[in-house]
Amino acid sequence: MKDHYSLLVIGAGPAGLAAAVVAAEQGLDVALLDEQAAPGGQIYRAMESIPAERAELLGAEYQRGRELVSSFRDSGVDYFPNTQVWSLNHKLETGLLHDKKPAMITADKVLLASGAMERPVPFPGWTLPGVMNAGAGQILMKAHGIVPADGVVLAGSGPLLLLLAWQYLHAGVKIKAILDLTPMRNHLRALPRLPRALLAGHYLLKGMAYKRDLKRAGISTLHNVSGLHAKGKEQLESISFTHRGRQQALETDLLLVHFGVIPRSHLSRAAGCAHNWDNSQQYWRPQQDDWGQSSIDGILIAGDGAGIGGARTAEHAGRLAALQAAHDLGRIDQQERDGLARMDRKWMREELYIRPFLEAFFHIPGKLLGVPNDDTIVCRCEEVTAGEIRKAVADGHRDSNQVKFLTRCGMGPCQGRQCADAVAHVVAAAGGQTIDKGGQYRGRPPVTPLTLGQLARLYPGETE
Amino acid sequence: MKTDVLIIGGGLMGFSTALQLAKRGTRCIILDKDSPGRHASGVNAGGLRQLNRDPAEIPLSVAAAEMWHDIESLLDDNCDAQFPGLIRVAENAEDMQLLEARAALVRSLGFEHEEIIGQQELYRLLPALVPHCTGGLISRKDGYARPFHALEAFRRKSAALGVEHYASTRVEALERKGCEWQVKTAKGLFRAPILVNCAGAWAGQVASMLGEDVPLKADAPMLMITERLPRFIEPVVGAASRKLSFKQMQNGTVLIGGAHMAELDFRQQTSDMDWAKLAVSARTVLALFPLLENVRIVRTWAGIEAFMPDKLPVISRSSTSSDAYHAFGFSAHGFQLSPIVGKIISQLILDSDTELPIRPFNIERF
Amino acid sequence: MQSAKKDMFKRLDDTPEKLVTVTIEGQPVVVPAGETVAAAVLASGIGYTRNTAVSGTLRAPFCLMGVCYECLMVIDGQPNRRACRHYVEEGMIIERQHGPGDLPT
Repeated sequence: MKDHYSLLVIGAGPAGLAAAVVAAEQGLDVALLDEQAAPGGQIYRAMESIPAERAELLGAEYQRGRELVSSFRDSGVDYFPNTQVWSLNHKLETGLLHDKKPAMITADKVLLASGAMERPVPFPGWTLPGVMNAGAGQILMKAHGIVPADGVVLAGSGPLLLLLAWQYLHAGVKIKAILDLTPMRNHLRALPRLPRALLAGHYLLKGMAYKRDLKRAGISTLHNVSGLHAKGKEQLESISFTHRGRQQALETDLLLVHFGVIPRSHLSRAAGCAHNWDNSQQYWRPQQDDWGQSSIDGILIAGDGAGIGGARTAEHAGRLAALQAAHDLGRIDQQERDGLARMDRKWMREELYIRPFLEAFFHIPGKLLGVPNDDTIVCRCEEVTAGEIRKAVADGHRDSNQVKFLTRCGMGPCQGRQCADAVAHVVAAAGGQTIDKGGQYRGRPPVTPLTLGQLARLYPGETE
Repeated sequence: MKTDVLIIGGGLMGFSTALQLAKRGTRCIILDKDSPGRHASGVNAGGLRQLNRDPAEIPLSVAAAEMWHDIESLLDDNCDAQFPGLIRVAENAEDMQLLEARAALVRSLGFEHEEIIGQQELYRLLPALVPHCTGGLISRKDGYARPFHALEAFRRKSAALGVEHYASTRVEALERKGCEWQVKTAKGLFRAPILVNCAGAWAGQVASMLGEDVPLKADAPMLMITERLPRFIEPVVGAASRKLSFKQMQNGTVLIGGAHMAELDFRQQTSDMDWAKLAVSARTVLALFPLLENVRIVRTWAGIEAFMPDKLPVISRSSTSSDAYHAFGFSAHGFQLSPIVGKIISQLILDSDTELPIRPFNIERF
Repeated sequence: MQSAKKDMFKRLDDTPEKLVTVTIEGQPVVVPAGETVAAAVLASGIGYTRNTAVSGTLRAPFCLMGVCYECLMVIDGQPNRRACRHYVEEGMIIERQHGPGDLPT
């Protein structure tokens, strides 16, 4: 690994891979860093190692990644898998661990392409062993060929739930029930956005096809479900929920939940990039221009880490960011940049036609995000409940950081990744103010853990 | 809005002062440009340290220690204060000489709290310490508390006694009109006959508004915190000849400081960690506690603090007005002094005098 | 503390090329090479993978992508290892973590 690159790309998902390829084509000295052992990110995880029969179970969209990964391999870009980035600052100094060895390198431009994570939504019992994210189920199937043994309940709201159900169906997994927590009123809410969504009709058709297959297979889907509650003495044993006004229960030892995806912003925040709360998309998104340039000069952000747009959008955004970097570094002029960007811009615009509809349709109810039950754990790491957070607000602490200092919410190993948004919602609701006002946890490095030994070896030298 | 005393700064010094004044029936308003304890007061290392203070500070520190040992009766909250002792470790004969000279100095000033310990006692207290150390200097009644919680306790108690606090209320201008101060803010005009400057790293700006320029430097000492660990150390640890402050909190995390500064952007109130310096801190820790080699740092941060060139705070009446007072410039060691500083300022205001020796802290020394 | 075998997961009929033997809670288990520790552990059916430092409550992996830090286990004697970010190796010793674990060696 060199000490300095023209462009450092962080993340080997669709945005990062596409960006690296374009940057290499433009003659930039580029390196791609990724935490996993092989390229593909989350969506195209295990692309290079997955057996053909298993890949088929995952559907056509997954196969798309094959091309992307192989053109990346052909590009000759310096690639560093098993690499964690633990620090990035406005001078573009990048602290990393490559195969557990520490290093600090610099770049003229850094492209953050860290992608998305599932929106963590606390509900009673969500910390019980046996409750996992739907994405976790996908990872087990994609990368390891591991599937639920004794039936599974899927619950939540979002396209991934439907996709996973369909994938499980084809893998012969017994789906006990699909509990759709999408409120009925979202149908109305989304209606005005349907016409535009039809321009990206292939998504809608696919969704309808999945639903049809599931229905034909006799899998029970309950709609407009609320009040999800996971129960069990020490591990998940059953769930309860409300459907059509009645409380129901279902025995299960495995529940996979999904409440949409949100950008992974831990590194961009720790680097000091400005973020704003997007109320319709219900997440913090980094400030950026049309090319991905963030509020910090030299740091670009592309893909789901900049705002949820899906895998194809991410590819286009990655290419645009790489072209911008090439332009800023004097490789191409503005006209060339715009010319090369034309098709990706067009395709990205088309990909995004579906988004407003999806956002409105899968808008998570504020009540659920506000963690109504006082006993529900919000901060999994430090076991801080919604009630404790509300008490802190009642005592006069009206922002996320003050609540954090007081309750230790967000101070555990995950450093607020799982609780930040829920805390923001609870604080806003309890304090009668907007989420923007209550702010988000201040981000600080190291964004992944660094041992004292690794830090000590970063700059070998005398002690004092 | 009119009151008896206007205090600028909602950190430990501001709330401590307000509390002591309120206990004696004086009405106070605290104005803060951010939220309570937003800066140094909320994010410091929480050390309750009498050990190794500048001789000028020792009388105040000893008086403060007595207050900390009974903090619950002052604040109705124990602030999670722990007193396992604080040890400066000697690694060789040279270090030991340094510590012995220090112990002698403190004794000569009439204080008994700094005690030399030999190798046996050192390892009884610090079994995890690297084997080559020769002894140490201990202050057995020292310890630590959680700064934000302490601040919160001061805040709640003062509020209960009627102190008003205005957050997000920056002082835009201030002037003396007749027998009162008029302080202009976005939330309106605040008026009081007495003004106290507890504005931390911004106290130099407030002092300038009073016609007093002080050589205050804002800086940002870095801290690191580890994951939770099983308990392996009780006392707080420093070193005779290295920059180190090291303690294991009640929850098992280890807090590491060392007076290394981050790169501060004062205007933006942001800082970038200086990893080269943190690497030095890490090597220092491992030199003394090699068993921590694979322990993970989960977070670093730096709070914005006021440093004076002689590392001594300013605790005095203003030099340009007999109706204004200063308590700032604590140079990264103010937490422990905070209860007594509030008392001192309240005495200066209400009794025109204090029994503690505060001459070394006069603003006129600059 | 419960340690009932939970058959939450099973393996599809892929035939992995290479296998390794690891120890999970004292039991030798044969797993495909290249698998994450979290996946191997979930497939082995030990149920919970740690109890928390704050209250001793049982926990198991949640996100499997490295952002929840729920899957902390003791791997080859080192605590606080995210099982989803480590890959199985021949002879690896995998244990549940109790609270903060022991001091890493």
